[in-house]
Amino acid sequence: MRFLRRNIPGWLLVLPLVLVVVPFFLAPIVVVAIASVFNTDGYGALLLPLTFDNYVGVFTSSLTLHLYVDTIKFTVLTWLLSLLIGFNVAYFLAFHVRNQLLAIGLFLLCTVPFWTSNIIRMISWIPLLGKEGLINRVLMDLHIVSQPLEFLLFSSFAVVVAYVHQLTIFMIVPIFNSMGRIDKRVVEAALDAGASRWEIMRLIIIPLSRSGIALGSIFVASIVMGDFFVVKVMSGGSAASVVGAFYEDVGVLQYPTAAASAVVLTVVLIGVVALILRTVDVRKELTQ
Amino acid sequence: MRGKKRPWTFYVLATLFVLYVLALYGPMFCIYVLSFQDVRGGLVFPMKGLSTHWFVDLFTQVRTGDVKGAFDRSIRLAAIVTVLTVVVSFLAGLAFRRRFFGDTVVFYLMIGSLVAPGLVLGIGVGLLFNFLGWDPSWYTSALGAQLSWTLPFGVLVMFAVMSRFNRAWEEASRDLGATPLQTIRLVVIPILAPGLIAVALFGFTLSYDEFARTLQTAGSLNTLPVEIWSMTLNVTSPSLYALGTVTTIVSFAAIGVAIGSIVWLQKRRARGATP
Repeated sequence: MRFLRRNIPGWLLVLPLVLVVVPFFLAPIVVVAIASVFNTDGYGALLLPLTFDNYVGVFTSSLTLHLYVDTIKFTVLTWLLSLLIGFNVAYFLAFHVRNQLLAIGLFLLCTVPFWTSNIIRMISWIPLLGKEGLINRVLMDLHIVSQPLEFLLFSSFAVVVAYVHQLTIFMIVPIFNSMGRIDKRVVEAALDAGASRWEIMRLIIIPLSRSGIALGSIFVASIVMGDFFVVKVMSGGSAASVVGAFYEDVGVLQYPTAAASAVVLTVVLIGVVALILRTVDVRKELTQ
Repeated sequence: MRGKKRPWTFYVLATLFVLYVLALYGPMFCIYVLSFQDVRGGLVFPMKGLSTHWFVDLFTQVRTGDVKGAFDRSIRLAAIVTVLTVVVSFLAGLAFRRRFFGDTVVFYLMIGSLVAPGLVLGIGVGLLFNFLGWDPSWYTSALGAQLSWTLPFGVLVMFAVMSRFNRAWEEASRDLGATPLQTIRLVVIPILAPGLIAVALFGFTLSYDEFARTLQTAGSLNTLPVEIWSMTLNVTSPSLYALGTVTTIVSFAAIGVAIGSIVWLQKRRARGATP
């Protein structure tokens, strides 16, 4: 009875959340996992007997390997660049801007695009990076190049530019938040004790902002790995993504193959997130 | 950091910051400018003429699809998602303040819901509805799929807001004889109001711009981002940019309303504190 009395208020308050997350996250993932072990007639029907051939297909096809290499390449590049830019921007705002109000204003300036459409922000690179785009035009006018640079748009380069443009904000917000909680007196004390700026960075700032770095990394890694439209539009077909291939399989009603690939991707994603979560207790960091 | 003289790193980082902000806004402003070309306009600079031709084109042409209807549905859906996100995140935020049996499971379910690939979830929801014999539509399956994305954000924001909430205010209210509901209505909600507005902003804009989870769950009637997506694949005229301008205006209006109401609340509170 005491057990119930202690837990019922919490259960009631969290019930609406559970009523969304179970049918719209857990159930669909389970459905996809179930679909991945069926046979198909090629017209969208799921047939018995159960089979693991779909997984064998995923693991033996050179196409899948290619997809994962592309997706992981984009994830690592985007993560590195957004971490580098995001960390330095957050550090600048938290430690170099002396006026608190100005720091918050500049921080808000960085966050505003987050509330606007990702697709629009992605296509907004087209008039800049295209063959006749602004960057090529300027480079040609200044006689830096004689031919327009072709690699700027519809290439892996454009994909990474679009990702970093969209996702650096996911690094800035959590890192700025954890840096804001660093007691400035700790830094003062280190300075008084004769620490160099690099030592302060390495021994104080980076360790104390690690929860922000971890949260930002989870966001960036999961969004890039789960994305397909940036790769589809910005690579112009020269690169592919795991989810893009999944979408094409669904389009031709190859549900079991698509589902097997989605399950593998989800497992990889959970692995990455679990690895990051091992380094910090995100919940503890958030609720304190 | 102390003293008057700035270290050289300040100037390096300030330059980086300025470049970042320029790269953040520059491309967006390019397409807003290019959307105001006249009928000769193309997808790249230089600007050809100045008119609102492509905005008219956007809402009148058949080949650009049912933009007006999609726009309408997106706004309504975002309004519903906003209300539900605020209420559910608020309740969950209250729940997570103390430990209860199963709290960790719920927390990780929520994180899973946040990081799962949106398109896979969307197709899972579509298959589930198919299996149950229900028709997917923007106000059932797409609503649920979008909530599975906005709620984790809302609850995380509530965590940040609640961590600054002093439990003593609640206890004081209880000591003065308030019922639990009165405490929530008269003490907790007014104090947390700015945070709740932030949650509402998340709910509205994340739903209004949501694409991956909606693509396979919206049924036969599209929402605006799905419409934009099909336009990026078919339409090669500045109407695409015009749509970008229109949808950004809506986002900016939402941000403006949110920031405006937070400022208004803070002002009113400041006045109340010094009678």
